[in-house]
Amino acid sequence: MKALLSSTSVVCAMVASTAWGGEIWVTNEKDDTVSVIDTDTLEVIKTYETGERPRGITFSKDFSRLYICASDSDAVQVMDPETGKILHDLPSGEDPEQFVLHPDDTHLYIANEDDAITTVVNTQTRKVVAQIDVGVEPEGMAVSPDGKIAITTSETTNMAHWIDTQTQQLFANTLVDSRPRHAEFAKDGSEMWVSSEIGGTLTVFDTATQTERAKISLDVKGVHPDRVQPVGFEFTTNDTHAFVALGPSNHIAVVNAGTFEVEEYILVGRRVWHMAFNADKSRLFTTNGVSGDVTVIDVASRKALKSIKVGRFPWGAAFRPSP
Amino acid sequence: MNAYLSSLHAIVKREALRFVHQRERFIAALVRPLVWLLVFAAGFRAALGLSIIPPYQTYITYETYIVPGLCGMIMLFNGMQSSLSLVYDREMGSMKLLLTSPLPRWWLLLCKLLGSTAISILQVYTFLAIAAAFGIVMPLLGYLLALPALIVAGLMLGALGLLLSSFIRQLENFAGVMNFVIFPMFFMSSALYPLWKMAESSELLYTICALNPFTPAVELIRFALYLSYNGQALVWAVLATAVFTLAALWGYNPARTGLGKKR
Repeated sequence: MKALLSSTSVVCAMVASTAWGGEIWVTNEKDDTVSVIDTDTLEVIKTYETGERPRGITFSKDFSRLYICASDSDAVQVMDPETGKILHDLPSGEDPEQFVLHPDDTHLYIANEDDAITTVVNTQTRKVVAQIDVGVEPEGMAVSPDGKIAITTSETTNMAHWIDTQTQQLFANTLVDSRPRHAEFAKDGSEMWVSSEIGGTLTVFDTATQTERAKISLDVKGVHPDRVQPVGFEFTTNDTHAFVALGPSNHIAVVNAGTFEVEEYILVGRRVWHMAFNADKSRLFTTNGVSGDVTVIDVASRKALKSIKVGRFPWGAAFRPSP
Repeated sequence: MNAYLSSLHAIVKREALRFVHQRERFIAALVRPLVWLLVFAAGFRAALGLSIIPPYQTYITYETYIVPGLCGMIMLFNGMQSSLSLVYDREMGSMKLLLTSPLPRWWLLLCKLLGSTAISILQVYTFLAIAAAFGIVMPLLGYLLALPALIVAGLMLGALGLLLSSFIRQLENFAGVMNFVIFPMFFMSSALYPLWKMAESSELLYTICALNPFTPAVELIRFALYLSYNGQALVWAVLATAVFTLAALWGYNPARTGLGKKR
């Protein structure tokens, strides 16, 4: 019966058109492009060129500017999403891989993988505001909803570094499992989650005390544990569940954020990296690096609906409402 | 009641009664595909590889892939089973009784074909329901749209069974059907693996698989289950049904068989 209901909801999801139009912008690491997917028609509608090896991607608050980490160009590029034109570069430090935009809509916190620093750039003045020493190979970046704390995870040091955004100084360092790659704040900032790619775990911290609240192990049936490598993740509406990309295991894990239990694994394309929701968070778009496509998941039924071909090695994803 | 309809009713009812009374046959018909689905598919997950082929729109598990093929398998075995029962009827003499009816022989054989198709469709839907209970679900509408595809596939494989039965003289010869018809038809088709996989290892095998009439039958069911339409498979399956039916009618021609003369 459950299966039947789930089947019905998939059909409904396929048929129903979402009331919120929008676009998912995906960086293609090997093609040096961004692909734009219409969230209703599920088709690629535009492709724009970028700098070399684009990875991290995010929009300004009003969606009038797109920031792209062009890792091999050693720059954060600013694009006008209406025209696809690169407006200018921001000084980013070497090899920017991921970044996060502060809630003030002005400061970008950028992980410089090769330099073991986090660079803070003012997007208005285009000046570097601070460079903060962190662990080796920084990658995951997050900022708390109140903007007071920024997080950098370092892949080799295996730590989450807690940055006070007022002083731009580290105030805590917490150990996590091997190769942390992504961080996110949840539940109004009271929790901070970190994914560990080699460790195969998610670590949940209490933000107030920076102590570990839970550790979630991920294990896909029939897949060797070495291939279960959690990377990017996103929270559903009200942060009830986290959808976690599991790299070369080609699955997305659905984690209950209340019980910290894994409820389901969803098959997607090869080497899934990151993801973005559509406007009402009814659909999730995952970037599948090796298979060069984006899988669309219906969040309610937890079923993969379609995989859309994009460029080679899609990596990052960001949503913007239809213009 | 019209003589044609009453003969249809009688023959289909006889098929149904025979099926209902042979519970082992019903269970065996379901156990076979279920073993493939739950045991073989579990150990064979890597066979499919990772590629999206129509009618699928995203990546699927191997279990999901082989369900339409197993529906075809049920129909294939059922077609052969009904052929076996015809040979049995002939040995027992009940066929003589049937064929001496005043109605045209083609009508009697068609009734037989319809009866066996109806039973195989019943088996397929039972199998699909069990598969759904194990979490392998299709779009809801797909179950309905699959019905015409199942009818075409059932008629085609039933007609093949009829044709074979017209040539098999003794029940003992039926083992040959297993070796030379069922196994090659099933394995050299898209039931267990997509044809592009076959093309990777041998172009010749790929061509044989593509020409095998069991392949369009499976693809017709697969596409219908996913709300898609495969015109090429439909044409090929209908053509094969027509050829098998005509050949079976020729096979049962009184001049050839010597089985009871029609008035």
